[in-house]
Formats: sequence, structure tokens, C-alpha cells
Amino acid sequence: MTNQFFTLTVNGTDHEVADSWLGESLLDVLRDRIGLMGSKGACTQGECGSCSVLVDGRLVCSCLVMGATAVGQEITTIEGVAPVGAPSDVQQAFVDAGAVQCGFCTPGLVMAVHDLLERSGSPTDTEIREELAGNVCRCTGYGRIIDAVRQVSVNRSSPDEGTS
Amino acid sequence: MTVAIPTSLAEAARLLGEEPDAMLLAGGTDAMVEVNDGHRRPADLVIALNRVTDLRSWRHDPEARTVTIGAGVTYTELMDPAIADLVPALAEASRTVGSPQIRNAGTLGGNLGTCSPAGDGLPVLAALDSRIRLVSATGERTIPVREFMVGVKRTALEPGELIAEIELPLLDGWQGYAKVGVRNAMVIAVASTCLAVDRLRETVSIALGSVGPTIVRCDTAEQLLASAVDWQNMSLTADTLNDVRVLVSAASTPITDHRSTAEYRGHAVGVLAGRLTRRAFTIDGATE
Repeated sequence: MTNQFFTLTVNGTDHEVADSWLGESLLDVLRDRIGLMGSKGACTQGECGSCSVLVDGRLVCSCLVMGATAVGQEITTIEGVAPVGAPSDVQQAFVDAGAVQCGFCTPGLVMAVHDLLERSGSPTDTEIREELAGNVCRCTGYGRIIDAVRQVSVNRSSPDEGTS
Repeated sequence: MTVAIPTSLAEAARLLGEEPDAMLLAGGTDAMVEVNDGHRRPADLVIALNRVTDLRSWRHDPEARTVTIGAGVTYTELMDPAIADLVPALAEASRTVGSPQIRNAGTLGGNLGTCSPAGDGLPVLAALDSRIRLVSATGERTIPVREFMVGVKRTALEPGELIAEIELPLLDGWQGYAKVGVRNAMVIAVASTCLAVDRLRETVSIALGSVGPTIVRCDTAEQLLASAVDWQNMSLTADTLNDVRVLVSAASTPITDHRSTAEYRGHAVGVLAGRLTRRAFTIDGATE
């Protein structure tokens, strides 16, 4: 494959990527070539989690994926989690719990929380902390983020008693 | 620049044979950090290994009493109970790597390829005397991990060779991994230790990370344990435990860098080895 041009499938849509440097991270391709600005870049070394996306269903740091290697894989970004104006239950819980302050870490955390709750329906506080260890927030002190995860977990296990 | 995405080991080896200077990209969790920082310029050809199906599986051979793990198996996959039951220390070490995001991408083969003295999988591979199968377009060879790890980020890989599999013996006995860092998660080891007991051969192996140019085996402490352990009762004396701590610290050859001091690292591996020894054996006359 000589791939000065390549195609990535993001949130179910094919995007032609042209004129990129092939060593570029998936994060840079998403933001600078495709124009999906939801995934954030901070550390570019896998420490902060603000660039978290799903690649073939696996939560990864998009800054550590070489963009051109993700050809043919299903990429899901924060923009693919829910349509604008209709937040997912995790996004709504973050708002309700006051888990969003500056908001920079929020897209990565929402991706990580969706992934966590797919794998573990009712995680303990320790499990929540361990599973979210790769997502750094410098505002909240994490308390309200953990509150939000708990709230989603409870709502999902008793949907009839969910918030109106 | 070209990015190749082979799907078979033969194809990956052929591409590498044609262009031995190509950059091999496994999970990207080490390599992309260097690329992003501008410390490493990818070669004209990058060979992505994440979709080489031959590298993505593992198998258990009950007769040979081995587990053979493809180089592309991720840390998340190594934490699976099916592997964890067979090689508990490897699962424990995998759990201490980075975050879920890192463990979903990073691979055991990548850990070996980078060959950092702080690589969390490497003390386990060293303690278990694992064997590494290397494949090229023209052939293959299998070498002990001790010979594979040459120095700080230096391996015995020849041009055109890639890491295919890691073969681990199944031992009858307790094994574990312990690590010191500045916090519990997302941390590179300041010092780490793997201890593995083999009740059939009546031996104990101890391997240390982050305290030398590559993984350090503690031959004198291992010899002491082999002779001093009461193998009937799986016990040893408090004096032996103390000697193990001292011998392990003495076996380390750490440096001082931005993450810790040589003195602390040397002390820490002794503490970790003591802790693991107490988990593996009953201590006669222990007062602590």
C-alpha cells in the first residue's frame, strides 16, 4: 500500500484523508484533516486520556495510533456517541452531577465511562477509579465524575426508576 | 513514506526482508510517543503489526507444559483469567501497565522490542526463563530471553528479524510481580521484581526491573533459596528472608535519574523481593 491518500471510517462515515504526513497520529488526523475536534490533545504520550476513542470497539489513546494504520477499522469518537442536542446517558449524568468544569477532559472521560460500563455494569468505586486511571482531570478532583458513573450505573440497572 | 498493514507473519517478514530498515509498529504505546515528540522519525516504510493474525493469539500445550504467546497479544488479553490461571505473574505485571487505554494497545512483543529496563512484562519473562521465537524472511530461531535482552533498549534482533512468539514454561508453584512507582496507576516502574517458585525442581527465580541496563537475575539469592527452603513445608526462616533481601539489593546495579535515586532503587528491590518471598512461603519464627 502506498498511501499518500487513505480512507478512515469514523462514526460510520468514510473520510478521505489527503496530504497528511503518514506518521501523523490518529488524533491529529481526526482533528486537523477530518475536522472532528471533540477528541482533545494534551500530553501526546498516552498519559492524559483526553484523546480516547474506540478503534474496533477497543478504547485507545488516539495520539498513540498512527492514523494511516487505522484503515479498515471502525473508529468511534465522542461525536459518534450521541447526536448534538441529545446527549447519551453518560453525558447527561456528567452534566447532572457537575462533573464538567473546564470540560477539556470530558470527551475522553465520556468515552472511557461508556467503555467501562459496557464491560462492567455496576463497578465499585475502586473499580471506577482503577478503570478511569488513564483519564486525567485537573479541575474536579474526580468526586463528581465518580458520582456521574454511579448514577448511570444505577439508572441502567433500574431503567423504570431513572430520572424523568 | 509508506505504511504497510500486513495480515500474516509471512507477509510481515517478507516486507521486512525487502527493507530491513523499516520501522516495526506494534501497539504504538512506546514508538508513537517518540514520533509525537519528534525524537524519532519513522522510516520510509512503517510495518504495522496490529493486524498480523498469527501474532494475535496464544496457545497452551499441556504435554509440553508451556504457554506460547503471540507477540501481538495485548496486556488486556494477558489479564484474561484463561492466561492468568496459567501464568499469574504475567497477568499481575500486565495489570500494572499504564491504563486501560494503554493495555488495550500495548503488546508483549512490543515490550520486548522496546526492551526498556522498566518494561513490566520483562522481569516475568526473565524469571520464567522464557524463550523468544524470532522470524525473518529466510528462517527463524528461538533464543532464551536472557540472550535476547542485550542492554538499555538493545536486543539481539538481527536486521530483517521480528519477534513472533514468547514461550513460557508452566511452573508448579507460587509466582508474583510487584512494582514501586510514585502512584498506583499510570506509572513507569521505579523498581520492580518478579518471583517464581518451581516446586518440581525445587528452585526459586527472582528477576528485577529498573535496576540495571536490562533485567537482572539474582543468582546468589536464588541459590540461597533453593538450598534454604524447607520444600516439604514450603517454609523458610526469618534469617533466610533477611538474607534474600540483602542479596537482592546487592545484585541490583541501579542508576540515579529523574525518576529515582540508585540508593532508593537498590533498597526497594530488596523490600519487594522480601514481600514476594513472604507471599510464596511460610516464614518460621516470623515476628512481623
